[in-house]
Amino acid sequence: MEIRQIAASEITAAVKKLFMDCNYYIGADILCALESARERETSPVGRSVLSQILENDRIAAEEEIPLCQDTGMAVLFVEYGDRVCVSEGSFEEAIQEGVRQAYRDGYLRKSVVSDPVFDRVNTRDNTPAIIHTRIVHGDKIRITAGGKGFGSENMSAIRMLTPSYGAEGVKKFILDTVRAAGPNPCPPVVVGVGIGGTFERAAQLAKKATFRPIDSRNPDERYAEMEDELLESINKMGFGPAGLGGNTTALGVNIETSPTHIAGMPVAVNICCHAARHASTEI
Amino acid sequence: MDKRINLPISDEDIKGLKAGDSVLLSGSFITGRDAAHKRLYELLEKGEPLPVDIEGELIYYVGPAPAKPGYAVGPAGPTSSYRMDKYAPALLDRGLKGMIGKGARSQPVIDAIVRNGAVYLVAIGGAAALIAKSIRSEELLCYEDLGTEAVRRYVVKDFPCIVAIDCEGNNVYETEPKKYCTE
Repeated sequence: MEIRQIAASEITAAVKKLFMDCNYYIGADILCALESARERETSPVGRSVLSQILENDRIAAEEEIPLCQDTGMAVLFVEYGDRVCVSEGSFEEAIQEGVRQAYRDGYLRKSVVSDPVFDRVNTRDNTPAIIHTRIVHGDKIRITAGGKGFGSENMSAIRMLTPSYGAEGVKKFILDTVRAAGPNPCPPVVVGVGIGGTFERAAQLAKKATFRPIDSRNPDERYAEMEDELLESINKMGFGPAGLGGNTTALGVNIETSPTHIAGMPVAVNICCHAARHASTEI
Repeated sequence: MDKRINLPISDEDIKGLKAGDSVLLSGSFITGRDAAHKRLYELLEKGEPLPVDIEGELIYYVGPAPAKPGYAVGPAGPTSSYRMDKYAPALLDRGLKGMIGKGARSQPVIDAIVRNGAVYLVAIGGAAALIAKSIRSEELLCYEDLGTEAVRRYVVKDFPCIVAIDCEGNNVYETEPKKYCTE
């Protein structure tokens, strides 16, 4: 079995580029959804807000500046090939250094505090990043990364539903969460949903769901239909762009699922603002 | 039609603003968010003087990104206002004339707005690069150690915002979504 050596510096450079890119250039899926939302939006204020968001995203890309000042906490999903060996450094530190360099050299905001309750002192380089690593078979490293703003993160919720709630109970919890968030998470939002697994797996899947392009569908037709139905229901709530009224409250709903326990049906809802930033690479 | 307001804002200006109005602000206002509010609030509670004069001012809830070379300021969109709800009534009672942020406010804040003849304006969340075009310069006022959360003065020209809660307590977050709700 051959072991592939990947230099730590190569991982650092890749991570740096991912975070700079995703903060400057919004994805084509989001731009496309914003444009079609503007055509459908019946509220004049809503249309104006969508136009300003599109103009903002154009300026950010053209001038290579962050499209939102909240450049987020750095979150990475890594698929690490079991035939890869990191040389000249460690895997974890290579990623943290990439985040450090992106936020310093890319003029991104440093939004992380060292201790959550007592000190709350800014770490000044936006580390540590949140890294979800899965070992897979192969000789590559695949990374999907995104900056997660907390205006929408704070509106997220998890609930340990039990089996008798069924599909209706799942949908109700998701809709209740979006309704409670109202105008606060910078609508139009992307709703990431994780169903199944354990407490922490559901939350992780919900985050992963926000990183999935919104023009994609869950491969299981039943969940794909649930995504469509939820999107339609959310857009009937009336919050609209910036929460100032309208029929564009969400741009997309992505559901990810996992096998779970006979007694459980955990549901996590991770709300993401219209600046749904993520980028992927393979080393 | 946008209403143009020159800062500092007058009581007459505030009385003329109605929930839902589009406004362009020119002049200057101060900035502050979570950590700075906590410090200001604690000083008020202890009856100690504030390091920045808030009387007659508007405060913008913002933590900007760093400015790229050649730029006066970095991207600087509003942050969620409700996190300042615990502190806002005390600042309004001390003479603050208004706030610029995004999202809903609690009833005690709305009551304090009405009681003090103040106003709550909102800018578009996530439009930071666009909004920064209207910010001409910045000056550090206090709490430099807070980094992005330091209190600054922004000089602005035609800074775009919308009246969310006017001095009579009319609230767009209550009235507007209902018009489009089809549930």
